[in-house]
Amino acid sequence: MTREEILKDLKQRFKEDIVNFFDKSPKRVYMEIKPESLVKCASYIFKELKARFNIASGVDSRTAIEILYHFSLEYINLLVSLRVKLNRNNPQIDSLAPVFKGANWIEREIHEILGVDFKGHPDLRRLLLPDEWPKGVYPLRCDYTEWDKNAIRDRGV
Amino acid sequence: MAKSVIPIGPYHPLQEEPEFFTLTVDGETVVDIDVNIGYNHRGIEKLSELKTFDQSTFVIERICGICSTSHPFAYTRAVEDIIPVEVPERAKYIRTTIAEGERVHSHLLWLGLAGHFLGYNTVYMWVWKLREEILDVMEILSGNRNNYAIFKPGGVRRDFNPDDIPLALRKIDSIVPTLNKLKKAIIDDPVLHARLKGIGILTREDALDYCALGPTSRASGVAKDVRKDAPYGAYDQVDWDMIVTQNGDVFEKVVVRVLEVFESIKIMKQCLMNLPPGEIDLNIKNIPPGEGIGAHEAPRGETFHYVRSDGTNRPARHKVRAPTFMNLPTCKSTVIGETISDATIILASVDPCYCCTERMAVRTSEGKRIYGGQDLIRLSQEKTQRIRRKMGIK
Repeated sequence: MTREEILKDLKQRFKEDIVNFFDKSPKRVYMEIKPESLVKCASYIFKELKARFNIASGVDSRTAIEILYHFSLEYINLLVSLRVKLNRNNPQIDSLAPVFKGANWIEREIHEILGVDFKGHPDLRRLLLPDEWPKGVYPLRCDYTEWDKNAIRDRGV
Repeated sequence: MAKSVIPIGPYHPLQEEPEFFTLTVDGETVVDIDVNIGYNHRGIEKLSELKTFDQSTFVIERICGICSTSHPFAYTRAVEDIIPVEVPERAKYIRTTIAEGERVHSHLLWLGLAGHFLGYNTVYMWVWKLREEILDVMEILSGNRNNYAIFKPGGVRRDFNPDDIPLALRKIDSIVPTLNKLKKAIIDDPVLHARLKGIGILTREDALDYCALGPTSRASGVAKDVRKDAPYGAYDQVDWDMIVTQNGDVFEKVVVRVLEVFESIKIMKQCLMNLPPGEIDLNIKNIPPGEGIGAHEAPRGETFHYVRSDGTNRPARHKVRAPTFMNLPTCKSTVIGETISDATIILASVDPCYCCTERMAVRTSEGKRIYGGQDLIRLSQEKTQRIRRKMGIK
């Protein structure tokens, strides 16, 4: 399938789920979808289109918690990013780890640094943060405040 | 059934990096494994948000000493993807040369360590001697043996000196005969065959399921390489082959890496001989709001950077994904069922790099955590006890 056919197929198949479709450049496509249709879209892209899951990146954009799931379609040199916007007060979304194992660690990471609850994740332990890190403090949230008064920080320039 | 737990870490006795493996064994066989990382956090993603786009290049170069080119390469590509711009031809060739030099020394480093893990110290000494030569080449070209500080968004910081190129080429040529000897010695060695063949097999299905990258997946027959699939730099203008093998055991991973060294040398030589004239930098001043993605095939697999700009001079978000983050979880499928003695080399076979994998949380405290040797032993024993209790083992 060519690039145009795949994009047309995606738009057609998920026309109920797509909120915004942004064809940025020949190599990059951003597809904003409803959070509840994530597993459906991601499974189709991963299993049927034989994409490789690169990674997910979580962003706190002050109005919402965004998660971007990046998928590479090597045979047409295209990177499709699925974007979901979650409610900042209670961010939760279905886990992709049961669909493919590559999503396991990154969901654990986003869970601890942004406080997103991944429903159905098999093992949502901490990955990177130390044991003494308090519960409910998420270091990459915009409203993060210092909890460890003895910590030294590089404040940048 | 009596099961025991073998803790390896938090400071790995051989790899000399902080990670913590918990092997559950039944007799000699490993029945379960748990990986605990997070001992090497420096908060680089957060740090990067506090620096300007130009300064961030230096910070992320220090994510890892060995991948000191891979991260800046992916990051600068991500920033260039925001604008979007194409860097000048000469800069592309310079970037490619440095990146391939890094691949040669990184693969040789791993090869030496793999020999060391197996107790085959001849390979270790021999390979690391050879690695010195390639580090000399990098010093001739860039001025540094590591941390080349040559990348910047929009081009490269320094040009190659034309007088140095013949010397570098001669030096590269001089190591090829030794490399050939090494290749024969490693690939035909009956001891290594007996030790490495058929252990730690990562099947093609598992490699795809875990989204494994780089030599780890290419040894399992997954023909994916960012340099071929989404060409960037000078990779589509030079002649080279992607190395793919089918079995997925540890031996194949060695073979892939050894053969890739030759491909990298081929790319380096072609780049140095066909270096196009012209500008090396676009002098980018402003980064518009937007988001960009950059990927580079590092020695261990694809390095992936996501950068979001809000129109200021600093990244609003910078996500770094190192290849080991995807490769290390494959140990669940490779180590389980093997013997303890094989576990060491299987765990090392993904060429793990923890410095890259962990870059998230902010934590340094002064004066509070100073432990003496006795304290550390006590803490370690306490932790082992805690794990044993948690797993219900007396």
